[in-house]
Amino acid sequence: MSDERYSPDFINRQSFIELDARERATALLDVGTARELVGPFDRVESPWLAIQGVTPQSDDGCVVMKGKIGGQAAVVVALEGAFQGGSMGEVSGEKMTAALDLACADNEKGVPTSAVILLETGGVRLQEANLGLAAIAELMASILTLRKHAPVICLTAGTVGCFGGMALAAGLASYVVMTREARLGMNGPEVIEQENGVEEFDSSDRALIWAIHGGEQRYATGLADALVEDDTQQVAEAIRRLTLQGVPPVHRSSQVELYRNRIEALDTSAQWDPKEFRSLWVKGDSKEKTQ
Amino acid sequence: MSEFTVVRGKVWFRALSDRSSSMPGDPKSVLTADAPLGQDQARFLCVVPDPHARFPCARHGEVGLEEGYGLASRVREVIELDKNKTKRPIVAIVDVKSQAYGRREETAAIFLAAAAAADAYGSARLAGHPVITLVVGQALSGAFLTHGYQANRILAFDDDGVMIHAMHKEAAARITLRSVAELEKLAKEIVPLSYDIRDFAKLGLLHKLLHVDNPENPSQEDIRNVKDELISAIEDARISPVDLSNRLESKGALETRKASLLVRSTLAAQWVERQAS
Repeated sequence: MSDERYSPDFINRQSFIELDARERATALLDVGTARELVGPFDRVESPWLAIQGVTPQSDDGCVVMKGKIGGQAAVVVALEGAFQGGSMGEVSGEKMTAALDLACADNEKGVPTSAVILLETGGVRLQEANLGLAAIAELMASILTLRKHAPVICLTAGTVGCFGGMALAAGLASYVVMTREARLGMNGPEVIEQENGVEEFDSSDRALIWAIHGGEQRYATGLADALVEDDTQQVAEAIRRLTLQGVPPVHRSSQVELYRNRIEALDTSAQWDPKEFRSLWVKGDSKEKTQ
Repeated sequence: MSEFTVVRGKVWFRALSDRSSSMPGDPKSVLTADAPLGQDQARFLCVVPDPHARFPCARHGEVGLEEGYGLASRVREVIELDKNKTKRPIVAIVDVKSQAYGRREETAAIFLAAAAAADAYGSARLAGHPVITLVVGQALSGAFLTHGYQANRILAFDDDGVMIHAMHKEAAARITLRSVAELEKLAKEIVPLSYDIRDFAKLGLLHKLLHVDNPENPSQEDIRNVKDELISAIEDARISPVDLSNRLESKGALETRKASLLVRSTLAAQWVERQAS
């Protein structure tokens, strides 16, 4: 019997999913370079929660960490899924947007600075409704500006996943990195079931949910750029590789003709089997016909 | 939601562009036209209901897969056409009740279709096109992020049939574990929760609220006035930065978005590491 049998990979792995937002952000930056900005001791909290009987958090569930990735300046912004479901409020949204804007200004000054956004979020924080939606719109604008200069990488590790308006932010990213435990989609199963009935989407069908929104499916259909194990070293390695890869020649969200044709080619008369769908949208095809 | 009819988009598209159908090859739910506006030839875009749409969850005016990519290609078309010319204004006429909630939509990544449209509008703005949004009815949630929220300037009618919001009342109440009545009461006290367009205006995100006598059947004078407002918003956008900084610098934002401004100043102050001395 070999030793390997008793020490398989997963025993040696350090789970990334089990880390909180602060630990995740730190783990992605080169050792010893991480420095938190507008941290909990600055106490910039949501002004809208206490008046609604919700306890605010002194970092508003968003951690901004500046440092280096592969020796190059980078900012990592991580949402804390454990606080209000990682939802975007005025403060958490502005932290992410302002960090991207400052990274953009550095690029314009000749200091290459990339960004990694860690999205564990259901989208807009409904207690801050319109300011949450506005924050997402402004974040999207800032991603568009920054990604001209440096890659904006979206990492969704799980277990909250990335939904609602924040899925659009993921859609604008230069690269998307996911684990098998992560999900990415605009509308969660509960919302679809509520709006269009259980025949449209059975939100208790876990297998169906992962077959559609799960990281493996998104990667297999070319909607995510890397699929990683729940292993801190592997995640950090994927982020480093994509950071150093730089800005892609054409961003996924700009490949309108390709995706428009793909949608046009779909038969909409019945629901699709997610497995069969993989054969229609084969990973790697997305580069074949860019405009 | 009987107060909202989803007819206003088409009414105003026709009023402003003199057209009422989609361009060849486009889904019937995406209306695009080029029409004179002041000295310019502007591109108007609007999403309208198509009861015969291919996707069953996008037949009542929802913004779905075809709408996202349809808008994206018509916006990208003018970016390409005006590459070495004066950038024509792009006017997004908005009356959208929601994104499409469907299994097909999720499987085929509606998030990317929506991002593609937002990418196109945002890229047009960054390229120097004045992008103006005119909210004539509902502008909700992901639908508004897809169609309208990337504009340099947002105009909305000062009218009870106009609503800009993150989520419709029933769903918002359910998710935050409140009754609709409780939500309405709270929304009266807390500005960002309000469903009233006049409260929305206090957030500083709108360029202007426009008074229109009859938004569902506008008079020639109503139309003339709205065109004048669009023209002045275009002029204003042309002499201003192409980013969205105007939203946070507005008078309303100075009042209601103090926390945003504090985040920005604190983050900027800490961005560059100070050497210990």
